[in-house]
Amino acid sequence: MHREEFEQIVQAERDKHRAYEHHINVCTALGCVAYGSEKVVDALEAEVKERGLEHKCKITGVGCLGLCGNGPIMKTEPDNQFYQSVKPSDSADIIDHLGKEPVKRIHLPQNSPFFIGQQRVVLSNAGKIDPEEIESALAFGAYRALFQAATEMTPTEVLREVTASGLRGRGGAGYPTGLKWSTVAKMDDTIKYIVCNGDEGDPGAFMDRSIMESDPHRILEGMAIAAYAVGATEGYIYVRAEYGLGIQRLKKAIRQAEKMGFLGNNIFDSPFSFNVQLRLGAGAFVCGEETALIASIEGQRGNPRPRPPYPAMSGLWGHSTLINNVETFANIAPIILNGSEWFAGIGTKKSAGTKVFALSGKVNRVGLIEVPMGITLRQIIEGIGGGIPDGRAFKAVQTGGPSGGCIPQEHLDTPVDYESLRELGSIMGSGGMVIMDDTSSMVSVARYFMEFCMDESCGKCIPCRVGTAQMHELLTRFVDKEATEADLELLEELCDMVSQTSLCGLGQSAPNPVMSTLRYFRDEYLQCIAPAQEPA
Amino acid sequence: MMPVKTFKIDGQDVSGREDETILEIARENDIFLPTLCNIAGLKPVGACRLCMVEVAGSNKLLPACATRVQEGMEVTTNSERLQKYRRMILEMLFVEGNHICSVCVANGHCELQWLAEKLGVDHTRLNYMFPAKEVDVSHYRYAIDHNRCILCTRCVRVCAEIEGAHTWDVSGRGIEAKVVTDLNTPWALSETCTECGKCVQVCPTGALFKKSRAVGEMVKDGQFLPYLKTMREVDNA
Repeated sequence: MHREEFEQIVQAERDKHRAYEHHINVCTALGCVAYGSEKVVDALEAEVKERGLEHKCKITGVGCLGLCGNGPIMKTEPDNQFYQSVKPSDSADIIDHLGKEPVKRIHLPQNSPFFIGQQRVVLSNAGKIDPEEIESALAFGAYRALFQAATEMTPTEVLREVTASGLRGRGGAGYPTGLKWSTVAKMDDTIKYIVCNGDEGDPGAFMDRSIMESDPHRILEGMAIAAYAVGATEGYIYVRAEYGLGIQRLKKAIRQAEKMGFLGNNIFDSPFSFNVQLRLGAGAFVCGEETALIASIEGQRGNPRPRPPYPAMSGLWGHSTLINNVETFANIAPIILNGSEWFAGIGTKKSAGTKVFALSGKVNRVGLIEVPMGITLRQIIEGIGGGIPDGRAFKAVQTGGPSGGCIPQEHLDTPVDYESLRELGSIMGSGGMVIMDDTSSMVSVARYFMEFCMDESCGKCIPCRVGTAQMHELLTRFVDKEATEADLELLEELCDMVSQTSLCGLGQSAPNPVMSTLRYFRDEYLQCIAPAQEPA
Repeated sequence: MMPVKTFKIDGQDVSGREDETILEIARENDIFLPTLCNIAGLKPVGACRLCMVEVAGSNKLLPACATRVQEGMEVTTNSERLQKYRRMILEMLFVEGNHICSVCVANGHCELQWLAEKLGVDHTRLNYMFPAKEVDVSHYRYAIDHNRCILCTRCVRVCAEIEGAHTWDVSGRGIEAKVVTDLNTPWALSETCTECGKCVQVCPTGALFKKSRAVGEMVKDGQFLPYLKTMREVDNA
């Protein structure tokens, strides 16, 4: 495909989009589907048809619009009005008010605090495009960055842009993406692989799922640019099988991209070829760990192995492999299109760009948000999230899932970046944020996450296999208020030993929820220690 | 030509080929490191975590069995912290199974028992888990008592890597994980087992044993282990 051809296709799709006077975009990501958004789409379409407005008003099922807790969410364009908790019976009113004052009853004002402070980079096309139609994505700039990279830039230039952007791994650990890419690029291997980690499994995390459901092309485009930069020809997307809708949309996206020639052989008439396959996880959380994930793709038991060698040196089938998270790949196209300087200007100096978070738990506005790094936890929870419902008091926010920790009230003004969260004993993690009010028992929370780690331990190394089970038993004694001073001492020793000696990240970080709650809520543990029995 | 690196283990100057591990060089220089999953001749898995060492400049502990030597590295094998972790690992192995030495076929010839004595593990503060585990005596020559299995996976590896049968593998996960023959069929019904007995010989405890051995009578074949290593070297040549 030449530039003219590509531009023609894009222009044609834009014209088609502009031909409509009104667009009604209804969220059809999983949360809103559960609230019945598909029925809303049907009702709106029926209403439009009845009034004979098919050529003026376009109803589109789009990806995530953010405020998942109040679904179904929809947006009208060009009016730019959001509606929440929409029912099929609202269709007539919505269409009556197109281009006029919005329907008050279900209106979600643009100046709602939910939108203040948010900045959409990863999710820039979510809620605008139909995730099941590549044409719709093209109208909003999909594959333009790939076109630019593959036809106008050298691989070294792409690497330089990604490195200069300061992008760090969004899977949680924050490894510099550019460094990872250039390591793989420098490996002298005839076969290289790109792997996209979509095995999101932290309790309370649904960022990657939303990206897959809202803008699957963004992920494919990021992977293809990575392949071009490091010299890979094959890619795998590893998605947990529970993400049915995401998988279905990714499959469709891969097929459509292949048909258009954005994936496959000689992409954009260049010597560059790249093919993508989908692999489904069978429900093991540990398969989100990169070496276990690679073993799983190879068809083996999903067990981690010691690193080094890192996948960059010896990954899939022993070949050099670049493995990044869904959100990391979703950041690539905007970096290429807008330049590394633009990206580095968002967020903080050491943590550039934005981060998608999934807000859940005891918070007024539950949903998916994207904020620039460096925003404070307070701005997220009290501003965007709207604080704690039912007049209760905030107690802690859990970030990083079972590998993270609980952050108390006094640290709410901490900026959200990789280093600050680590200093507080938590981690950025993949982006789950569970908010707890004063009714939550922190000991129970710690036990919940320990139970999760115990169930998800693969059993290969002894500290994780037995350590998590032992800690779980000790925590149960605390929950039952039957613990002793010795139990507390042993618990702390186990936390140290398991974190220091476990083989992979799962075991090494499994004690984090316990250690962070011991650090900030030690009193609650002490209150669970049974009074010593008087000697008879 | 393989480059040779010089470095220090516990202050002692040593040298090793680039493809050798810290553990191999330690053994070569008579520096003791406890191991259970490792066995010369099989691929290291770094699962038992007993051979973890400290390397100056790294805040992470590294498994000596799976860490290649590097020029100038300074390895500490026996700090107080490492000793404490090792004792805890052994305690964990004892409480997760049902290890009753006095009635075990491997009593006196057991690597777990020997290490516990050597590292001074004479009691535990951890909670005994007393799991209900199975014993498979279906095979006419061999048996497996899961109560004594420490999941070192030596049997799995020797069967796959040396015998080429891959009869053994691991099923389940976490504390429920166990080694199985074929797809968890009784051993006697295994269609892949060649009855070579290598798994029995490499098992560090009394989990795998030859039938008709009484308490303390299951002595593992010492001659058998160097043979594995030689085979591997011939293979690689």
